[in-house]
Amino acid sequence: MLGVRSCATIAEAAGILSGDRQAVLLGGGTLVMRDVNEGRLTEGTLVRITDPAFRQMSTGGPRIELGAGVTMAQVLASRELAFLHPAARAIGGPAIRTMATVGGNLFAAAPYGDFTVALLALDAQIVLQAGYGTGRGVPLEEFLAGRDRGSVSGLVAGVQFSRPANPGEFHFRKVSRVKPKGISVLSIAAHLPLQGGRVAQPRIAYGAMAPTPIRARGVERVLDGKALDAAAIQAARQAALEGCRPATDAIASEWYRREVLPIHLGRLLAGEPR
Amino acid sequence: MAKIPVQFRLNGSDRAAFVDAQETLLNTLRRGLGDFSPKYGCGQGTCGVCSVLVDGEPQLSCLTLSVACEGRHVETAAGLADGPNLHPLQAAFMDHFAAQCGFCTPGMLTAARALLAKNPSPSRDDVIEAISGNICRCTGYEPIVAAILAAASAPGARRA
Repeated sequence: MLGVRSCATIAEAAGILSGDRQAVLLGGGTLVMRDVNEGRLTEGTLVRITDPAFRQMSTGGPRIELGAGVTMAQVLASRELAFLHPAARAIGGPAIRTMATVGGNLFAAAPYGDFTVALLALDAQIVLQAGYGTGRGVPLEEFLAGRDRGSVSGLVAGVQFSRPANPGEFHFRKVSRVKPKGISVLSIAAHLPLQGGRVAQPRIAYGAMAPTPIRARGVERVLDGKALDAAAIQAARQAALEGCRPATDAIASEWYRREVLPIHLGRLLAGEPR
Repeated sequence: MAKIPVQFRLNGSDRAAFVDAQETLLNTLRRGLGDFSPKYGCGQGTCGVCSVLVDGEPQLSCLTLSVACEGRHVETAAGLADGPNLHPLQAAFMDHFAAQCGFCTPGMLTAARALLAKNPSPSRDDVIEAISGNICRCTGYEPIVAAILAAASAPGARRA
Protein backbone atom coordinates (compact mmCIF):
# COMPACT_ATOMS: atom_id res chain seq x y z
CA MET A 1 0.00 0.00 0.00
CA LEU A 2 1.22 3.48 -0.84
CA GLY A 3 0.99 6.42 1.51
CA VAL A 4 1.31 10.12 0.81
CA ARG A 5 3.17 12.70 2.87
CA SER A 6 2.72 16.38 2.09
CA CYS A 7 5.67 18.48 3.22
CA ALA A 8 5.49 22.23 3.85
CA THR A 9 9.23 22.67 3.45
CA ILE A 10 11.89 21.22 1.14
CA ALA A 11 14.01 20.35 4.20
CA GLU A 12 11.21 18.24 5.68
CA ALA A 13 10.89 16.29 2.43
CA ALA A 14 14.67 15.85 2.21
CA GLY A 15 14.63 14.49 5.76
CA ILE A 16 11.98 11.89 4.91
CA LEU A 17 13.73 10.88 1.69
CA SER A 18 17.10 10.39 3.40
CA GLY A 19 15.57 8.33 6.21
CA ASP A 20 13.13 6.13 4.29
CA ARG A 21 14.40 3.98 1.40
CA GLN A 22 10.84 3.43 0.17
CA ALA A 23 10.02 7.12 -0.03
CA VAL A 24 9.70 8.59 -3.54
CA LEU A 25 9.51 12.27 -4.35
CA LEU A 26 6.39 13.12 -6.35
CA GLY A 27 6.85 16.21 -8.52
CA GLY A 28 4.39 16.78 -11.34
CA GLY A 29 3.45 13.11 -11.38
CA THR A 30 4.23 12.41 -15.04
CA LEU A 31 6.89 9.81 -14.15
CA VAL A 32 5.92 8.59 -10.67
CA MET A 33 2.15 8.34 -11.20
CA ARG A 34 2.78 6.42 -14.40
CA ASP A 35 4.61 3.82 -12.30
CA VAL A 36 1.71 3.81 -9.83
CA ASN A 37 -0.86 3.27 -12.61
CA GLU A 38 1.21 0.49 -14.18
CA GLY A 39 1.69 -1.32 -10.88
CA ARG A 40 5.46 -0.83 -10.71
CA LEU A 41 5.21 1.29 -7.58
CA THR A 42 2.94 -0.29 -4.96
CA GLU A 43 4.75 0.10 -1.63
CA GLY A 44 6.22 3.06 0.19
CA THR A 45 5.49 6.74 0.54
CA LEU A 46 4.89 9.39 -2.09
CA VAL A 47 6.41 12.63 -0.81
CA ARG A 48 4.79 15.88 -2.02
CA ILE A 49 6.33 19.31 -1.50
CA THR A 50 3.93 22.24 -1.07
CA ASP A 51 6.75 24.71 -0.25
CA PRO A 52 6.40 27.70 -2.66
CA ALA A 53 10.22 27.89 -2.79
CA PHE A 54 10.17 24.56 -4.66
CA ARG A 55 8.37 26.29 -7.56
CA GLN A 56 10.24 29.57 -7.48
CA MET A 57 12.20 31.00 -10.41
CA SER A 58 14.88 33.64 -10.26
CA THR A 59 15.39 34.74 -13.85
CA GLY A 60 16.26 38.45 -13.72
CA GLY A 61 20.05 38.33 -13.38
CA PRO A 62 22.88 36.66 -15.28
CA ARG A 63 22.66 33.59 -13.02
CA ILE A 64 19.30 31.84 -13.37
CA GLU A 65 17.88 29.58 -10.69
CA LEU A 66 14.85 27.35 -11.17
CA GLY A 67 13.26 25.41 -8.31
CA ALA A 68 12.98 21.72 -9.11
CA GLY A 69 9.18 22.02 -8.94
CA VAL A 70 9.03 24.69 -11.67
CA THR A 71 6.84 23.39 -14.49
CA MET A 72 7.41 23.56 -18.23
CA ALA A 73 4.36 25.88 -18.39
CA GLN A 74 6.08 28.25 -15.95
CA VAL A 75 9.20 28.26 -18.11
CA LEU A 76 7.08 29.02 -21.19
CA ALA A 77 5.32 31.88 -19.35
CA SER A 78 8.63 33.59 -18.57
CA ARG A 79 9.90 36.06 -21.16
CA GLU A 80 13.37 36.04 -19.61
CA LEU A 81 13.63 32.33 -20.40
CA ALA A 82 12.69 32.71 -24.09
CA PHE A 83 15.90 30.91 -25.14
CA LEU A 84 14.61 27.81 -23.29
CA HIS A 85 11.12 27.90 -24.80
CA PRO A 86 11.91 25.52 -27.70
CA ALA A 87 13.11 22.93 -25.17
CA ALA A 88 10.15 23.42 -22.82
CA ARG A 89 7.69 23.26 -25.73
CA ALA A 90 9.21 19.96 -26.81
CA ILE A 91 7.83 18.34 -23.64
CA GLY A 92 4.39 16.81 -24.27
CA GLY A 93 1.17 18.72 -24.88
CA PRO A 94 -0.23 21.59 -22.77
CA ALA A 95 -1.57 19.30 -20.01
CA ILE A 96 1.78 17.56 -19.55
CA ARG A 97 3.53 20.93 -19.49
CA THR A 98 1.24 22.14 -16.68
CA MET A 99 2.46 19.19 -14.63
CA ALA A 100 5.96 18.19 -15.77
CA THR A 101 8.74 19.76 -13.72
CA VAL A 102 12.34 20.77 -14.36
CA GLY A 103 13.45 18.47 -11.53
CA GLY A 104 11.45 15.51 -12.81
CA ASN A 105 12.91 15.88 -16.29
CA LEU A 106 16.38 15.23 -14.80
CA PHE A 107 15.19 11.72 -13.94
CA ALA A 108 13.40 10.92 -17.20
CA ALA A 109 15.06 7.92 -18.85
CA ALA A 110 15.95 8.05 -22.56
CA PRO A 111 14.29 8.77 -24.95
CA TYR A 112 12.61 11.26 -22.59
CA GLY A 113 14.34 14.11 -20.80
CA ASP A 114 14.69 16.69 -23.59
CA PHE A 115 14.78 19.67 -21.21
CA THR A 116 17.77 18.19 -19.40
CA VAL A 117 19.64 18.17 -22.72
CA ALA A 118 19.22 21.95 -22.89
CA LEU A 119 20.38 22.29 -19.27
CA LEU A 120 23.46 20.19 -20.03
CA ALA A 121 24.45 22.50 -22.89
CA LEU A 122 24.03 25.41 -20.46
CA ASP A 123 26.49 23.84 -17.98
CA ALA A 124 23.82 23.71 -15.25
CA GLN A 125 24.51 22.91 -11.61
CA ILE A 126 22.09 20.77 -9.64
CA VAL A 127 21.31 21.89 -6.09
CA LEU A 128 21.08 18.77 -3.95
CA GLN A 129 19.72 18.84 -0.43
CA ALA A 130 20.50 15.89 1.83
CA GLY A 131 18.57 15.63 5.08
CA TYR A 132 18.06 18.90 6.88
CA GLY A 133 21.41 20.35 5.78
CA THR A 134 21.94 23.14 3.29
CA GLY A 135 22.05 22.48 -0.44
CA ARG A 136 25.25 21.69 -2.33
CA GLY A 137 25.90 22.21 -6.01
CA VAL A 138 26.77 19.31 -8.29
CA PRO A 139 27.56 19.68 -12.00
CA LEU A 140 24.69 18.26 -14.06
CA GLU A 141 27.10 16.00 -15.94
CA GLU A 142 28.27 14.41 -12.68
CA PHE A 143 24.69 14.09 -11.50
CA LEU A 144 23.65 12.31 -14.71
CA ALA A 145 26.67 9.97 -14.60
CA GLY A 146 25.59 8.78 -11.15
CA ARG A 147 21.84 8.97 -11.64
CA ASP A 148 21.07 5.45 -12.76
CA ARG A 149 23.60 3.89 -10.38
CA GLY A 150 21.87 5.67 -7.51
CA SER A 151 25.20 7.08 -6.35
CA VAL A 152 23.86 10.65 -6.08
CA SER A 153 22.00 11.05 -2.83
CA GLY A 154 19.77 13.86 -1.72
CA LEU A 155 16.76 15.73 -2.94
CA VAL A 156 17.07 17.83 -6.11
CA ALA A 157 15.97 21.24 -4.88
CA GLY A 158 16.72 23.20 -8.03
CA VAL A 159 19.02 23.95 -10.96
CA GLN A 160 21.29 26.93 -11.63
CA PHE A 161 22.87 28.08 -14.87
CA SER A 162 24.22 31.21 -16.50
CA ARG A 163 22.15 33.04 -19.05
CA PRO A 164 23.82 32.86 -22.49
CA ALA A 165 25.37 36.28 -23.16
CA ASN A 166 23.61 36.22 -26.52
CA PRO A 167 20.45 34.08 -26.41
CA GLY A 168 20.63 33.76 -30.21
CA GLU A 169 23.73 31.58 -29.73
CA PHE A 170 21.72 28.91 -27.93
CA HIS A 171 20.03 26.32 -30.14
CA PHE A 172 17.75 23.37 -29.44
CA ARG A 173 16.30 20.76 -31.75
CA LYS A 174 14.15 17.75 -31.11
CA VAL A 175 13.88 15.16 -33.85
CA SER A 176 10.67 13.19 -33.84
CA ARG A 177 8.95 11.08 -36.45
CA VAL A 178 5.43 12.06 -35.37
CA LYS A 179 4.04 15.51 -36.11
CA PRO A 180 3.26 17.79 -34.37
CA LYS A 181 4.46 15.99 -31.25
CA GLY A 182 6.24 12.76 -30.63
CA ILE A 183 8.85 11.11 -28.48
CA SER A 184 12.45 11.93 -29.36
CA VAL A 185 14.42 10.01 -31.93
CA LEU A 186 17.08 12.32 -30.54
CA SER A 187 17.50 15.90 -29.38
CA ILE A 188 20.39 18.32 -29.65
CA ALA A 189 21.14 21.44 -27.63
CA ALA A 190 24.06 23.66 -28.52
CA HIS A 191 25.51 26.79 -26.97
CA LEU A 192 27.82 28.29 -29.59
CA PRO A 193 29.27 31.57 -28.32
CA LEU A 194 30.95 33.51 -31.13
CA GLN A 195 34.01 35.70 -30.63
CA GLY A 196 35.23 37.58 -33.67
CA GLY A 197 33.31 35.24 -35.95
CA ARG A 198 34.79 32.10 -34.34
CA VAL A 199 33.16 29.65 -31.98
CA ALA A 200 34.63 29.94 -28.48
CA GLN A 201 34.20 27.11 -25.98
CA PRO A 202 31.01 25.57 -27.39
CA ARG A 203 28.89 23.20 -25.33
CA ILE A 204 26.81 20.66 -27.21
CA ALA A 205 24.57 18.00 -25.69
CA TYR A 206 22.53 15.09 -27.06
CA GLY A 207 19.40 13.40 -25.78
CA ALA A 208 18.46 9.77 -26.55
CA MET A 209 21.98 9.03 -27.85
CA ALA A 210 22.96 7.30 -24.57
CA PRO A 211 21.12 6.15 -21.41
CA THR A 212 21.35 9.75 -20.12
CA PRO A 213 21.86 13.05 -21.95
CA ILE A 214 25.55 13.36 -22.89
CA ARG A 215 28.02 16.01 -24.00
CA ALA A 216 29.25 15.86 -27.59
CA ARG A 217 32.88 16.36 -26.67
CA GLY A 218 34.24 15.38 -30.07
CA VAL A 219 32.13 18.03 -31.78
CA GLU A 220 33.01 20.64 -29.17
CA ARG A 221 36.69 19.95 -29.76
CA VAL A 222 36.60 20.29 -33.54
CA LEU A 223 34.46 23.45 -33.45
CA ASP A 224 36.39 25.33 -30.77
CA GLY A 225 38.16 28.30 -32.31
CA LYS A 226 36.75 27.69 -35.80
CA ALA A 227 34.39 29.75 -37.91
CA LEU A 228 31.11 27.91 -38.58
CA ASP A 229 31.87 27.30 -42.26
CA ALA A 230 31.26 24.26 -44.43
CA ALA A 231 34.62 22.67 -43.52
CA ALA A 232 34.01 23.03 -39.77
CA ILE A 233 30.49 21.64 -40.08
CA GLN A 234 31.80 18.69 -42.07
CA ALA A 235 34.39 18.01 -39.35
CA ALA A 236 31.68 18.30 -36.70
CA ARG A 237 29.53 15.77 -38.55
CA GLN A 238 32.42 13.34 -38.67
CA ALA A 239 33.01 13.71 -34.92
CA ALA A 240 29.28 13.64 -34.08
CA LEU A 241 29.01 10.05 -32.88
CA GLU A 242 31.91 10.08 -30.41
CA GLY A 243 30.73 8.67 -27.09
CA CYS A 244 27.23 7.80 -28.32
CA ARG A 245 25.54 4.61 -27.11
CA PRO A 246 21.96 4.96 -28.38
CA ALA A 247 19.33 2.35 -27.63
CA THR A 248 17.01 0.51 -29.95
CA ASP A 249 13.45 1.17 -28.77
CA ALA A 250 9.95 1.57 -30.14
CA ILE A 251 10.80 5.03 -31.50
CA ALA A 252 13.97 4.26 -33.46
CA SER A 253 16.71 1.69 -33.79
CA GLU A 254 20.29 2.28 -32.70
CA TRP A 255 21.33 2.18 -36.35
CA TYR A 256 18.79 4.85 -37.33
CA ARG A 257 19.80 7.16 -34.49
CA ARG A 258 23.46 6.88 -35.52
CA GLU A 259 22.56 7.51 -39.17
CA VAL A 260 20.48 10.66 -38.62
CA LEU A 261 22.37 12.38 -35.79
CA PRO A 262 25.17 13.80 -37.97
CA ILE A 263 22.61 15.07 -40.49
CA HIS A 264 20.56 16.94 -37.89
CA LEU A 265 23.69 18.24 -36.17
CA GLY A 266 24.95 19.58 -39.50
CA ARG A 267 21.63 21.30 -40.18
CA LEU A 268 21.57 22.86 -36.72
CA LEU A 269 25.12 24.19 -37.09
CA ALA A 270 24.36 25.54 -40.57
CA GLY A 271 21.20 27.24 -39.28
CA GLU A 272 19.10 25.28 -41.75
CA PRO A 273 15.50 24.33 -41.01
CA ARG A 274 14.72 20.73 -40.19
CA MET B 1 -4.92 2.40 5.40
CA ALA B 2 -7.46 5.00 6.42
CA LYS B 3 -9.30 6.95 3.75
CA ILE B 4 -8.56 10.64 3.44
CA PRO B 5 -11.30 13.26 3.10
CA VAL B 6 -10.91 15.59 0.12
CA GLN B 7 -13.02 18.56 -0.87
CA PHE B 8 -12.88 20.50 -4.10
CA ARG B 9 -15.15 22.38 -6.48
CA LEU B 10 -16.27 20.24 -9.40
CA ASN B 11 -17.88 22.14 -12.28
CA GLY B 12 -19.03 24.85 -9.88
CA SER B 13 -20.40 22.60 -7.10
CA ASP B 14 -18.66 21.80 -3.84
CA ARG B 15 -17.97 18.07 -3.68
CA ALA B 16 -16.34 15.85 -1.09
CA ALA B 17 -15.02 12.30 -1.21
CA PHE B 18 -13.05 9.84 0.88
CA VAL B 19 -10.05 8.70 -1.11
CA ASP B 20 -7.10 6.34 -0.80
CA ALA B 21 -3.74 8.07 -0.44
CA GLN B 22 -2.53 7.05 -3.90
CA GLU B 23 -5.92 7.48 -5.60
CA THR B 24 -5.90 9.47 -8.82
CA LEU B 25 -8.25 12.35 -9.50
CA LEU B 26 -9.59 10.33 -12.44
CA ASN B 27 -10.67 7.48 -10.15
CA THR B 28 -12.24 9.87 -7.67
CA LEU B 29 -14.18 11.59 -10.44
CA ARG B 30 -15.42 8.40 -12.08
CA ARG B 31 -15.87 6.00 -9.17
CA GLY B 32 -16.52 8.40 -6.32
CA LEU B 33 -18.33 11.37 -7.83
CA GLY B 34 -20.00 9.81 -10.87
CA ASP B 35 -18.49 12.14 -13.47
CA PHE B 36 -17.74 9.77 -16.35
CA SER B 37 -16.65 12.39 -18.88
CA PRO B 38 -12.88 11.94 -18.32
CA LYS B 39 -11.81 8.47 -19.46
CA TYR B 40 -9.00 6.10 -18.55
CA GLY B 41 -6.86 5.62 -21.65
CA CYS B 42 -3.15 4.94 -21.35
CA GLY B 43 -2.50 5.77 -17.69
CA GLN B 44 0.86 7.25 -18.63
CA GLY B 45 0.20 10.74 -19.98
CA THR B 46 0.29 9.93 -23.66
CA CYS B 47 -3.33 9.97 -24.82
CA GLY B 48 -5.07 12.92 -23.13
CA VAL B 49 -8.52 11.33 -22.69
CA CYS B 50 -8.44 11.99 -18.94
CA SER B 51 -7.79 15.74 -19.42
CA VAL B 52 -9.49 18.06 -16.92
CA LEU B 53 -8.91 21.67 -15.88
CA VAL B 54 -7.50 22.27 -12.41
CA ASP B 55 -7.71 25.95 -11.47
CA GLY B 56 -8.21 26.64 -15.18
CA GLU B 57 -5.06 24.84 -16.35
CA PRO B 58 -5.20 21.59 -18.32
CA GLN B 59 -3.99 18.55 -16.38
CA LEU B 60 -4.12 14.81 -16.80
CA SER B 61 -6.37 13.44 -14.08
CA CYS B 62 -4.88 9.93 -14.34
CA LEU B 63 -1.51 11.34 -13.21
CA THR B 64 -2.91 13.69 -10.54
CA LEU B 65 -3.36 12.66 -6.93
CA SER B 66 -6.81 13.42 -5.54
CA VAL B 67 -5.30 14.66 -2.29
CA ALA B 68 -3.42 17.29 -4.30
CA CYS B 69 -6.77 18.75 -5.44
CA GLU B 70 -7.92 19.79 -1.97
CA GLY B 71 -9.60 23.20 -2.22
CA ARG B 72 -9.04 23.53 -5.96
CA HIS B 73 -11.39 24.09 -8.88
CA VAL B 74 -11.77 21.03 -11.10
CA GLU B 75 -13.64 21.32 -14.39
CA THR B 76 -14.50 18.47 -16.71
CA ALA B 77 -16.25 18.21 -20.07
CA ALA B 78 -19.43 17.28 -18.16
CA GLY B 79 -19.57 20.87 -16.92
CA LEU B 80 -19.53 22.44 -20.38
CA ALA B 81 -23.24 22.34 -21.20
CA ASP B 82 -25.61 24.66 -19.37
CA GLY B 83 -28.60 22.36 -18.87
CA PRO B 84 -29.97 21.57 -22.33
CA ASN B 85 -27.86 24.33 -23.93
CA LEU B 86 -24.65 23.04 -25.41
CA HIS B 87 -21.43 25.00 -25.04
CA PRO B 88 -20.37 26.55 -28.39
CA LEU B 89 -17.48 24.08 -28.50
CA GLN B 90 -19.86 21.14 -28.16
CA ALA B 91 -22.18 22.61 -30.79
CA ALA B 92 -19.25 23.11 -33.16
CA PHE B 93 -18.08 19.51 -32.59
CA MET B 94 -21.57 18.34 -33.57
CA ASP B 95 -21.82 20.64 -36.60
CA HIS B 96 -18.43 19.53 -37.90
CA PHE B 97 -18.88 15.81 -37.20
CA ALA B 98 -15.81 16.01 -34.96
CA ALA B 99 -16.68 12.89 -32.96
CA GLN B 100 -16.36 9.44 -34.49
CA CYS B 101 -16.12 6.84 -31.72
CA GLY B 102 -16.24 9.69 -29.20
CA PHE B 103 -13.69 8.34 -26.75
CA CYS B 104 -11.24 11.24 -27.20
CA THR B 105 -13.98 13.89 -27.39
CA PRO B 106 -14.13 14.97 -23.69
CA GLY B 107 -10.36 15.37 -23.66
CA MET B 108 -10.38 17.28 -26.95
CA LEU B 109 -13.14 19.58 -25.63
CA THR B 110 -11.16 20.21 -22.45
CA ALA B 111 -7.95 20.96 -24.37
CA ALA B 112 -9.90 23.30 -26.67
CA ARG B 113 -11.55 25.02 -23.73
CA ALA B 114 -8.15 25.67 -22.13
CA LEU B 115 -6.90 27.08 -25.44
CA LEU B 116 -9.84 29.43 -26.03
CA ALA B 117 -9.73 30.73 -22.45
CA LYS B 118 -6.19 31.99 -23.10
CA ASN B 119 -6.32 32.67 -26.82
CA PRO B 120 -9.81 33.56 -28.12
CA SER B 121 -8.72 33.77 -31.76
CA PRO B 122 -6.22 30.95 -32.29
CA SER B 123 -4.53 30.15 -35.57
CA ARG B 124 -4.70 26.68 -37.03
CA ASP B 125 -1.19 26.00 -35.70
CA ASP B 126 -2.27 27.15 -32.21
CA VAL B 127 -5.14 24.65 -32.31
CA ILE B 128 -2.87 21.83 -33.45
CA GLU B 129 -0.43 22.62 -30.64
CA ALA B 130 -3.28 22.80 -28.10
CA ILE B 131 -4.52 19.30 -28.96
CA SER B 132 -1.02 17.84 -29.48
CA GLY B 133 -1.34 15.90 -26.21
CA ASN B 134 -4.66 14.35 -27.21
CA ILE B 135 -4.78 11.30 -29.43
CA CYS B 136 -7.76 10.53 -31.68
CA ARG B 137 -7.39 6.89 -32.61
CA CYS B 138 -10.03 7.26 -35.35
CA THR B 139 -7.53 9.83 -36.74
CA GLY B 140 -10.33 12.35 -37.23
CA TYR B 141 -8.15 15.36 -36.51
CA GLU B 142 -9.26 17.55 -39.42
CA PRO B 143 -12.92 17.88 -38.29
CA ILE B 144 -11.74 18.45 -34.70
CA VAL B 145 -9.42 21.28 -35.76
CA ALA B 146 -12.17 22.75 -37.94
CA ALA B 147 -14.67 22.57 -35.07
CA ILE B 148 -12.35 24.33 -32.63
CA LEU B 149 -11.58 27.07 -35.16
CA ALA B 150 -15.32 27.50 -35.84
CA ALA B 151 -16.13 27.63 -32.12
CA ALA B 152 -13.48 30.31 -31.63
CA SER B 153 -15.31 32.60 -33.97
CA ALA B 154 -18.76 31.74 -32.55
CA PRO B 155 -20.28 34.10 -29.94
CA GLY B 156 -19.86 32.96 -26.34
CA ALA B 157 -17.07 30.48 -27.05
CA ARG B 158 -14.99 31.83 -24.18
CA ARG B 159 -17.78 31.24 -21.70
CA ALA B 160 -16.07 29.32 -18.93
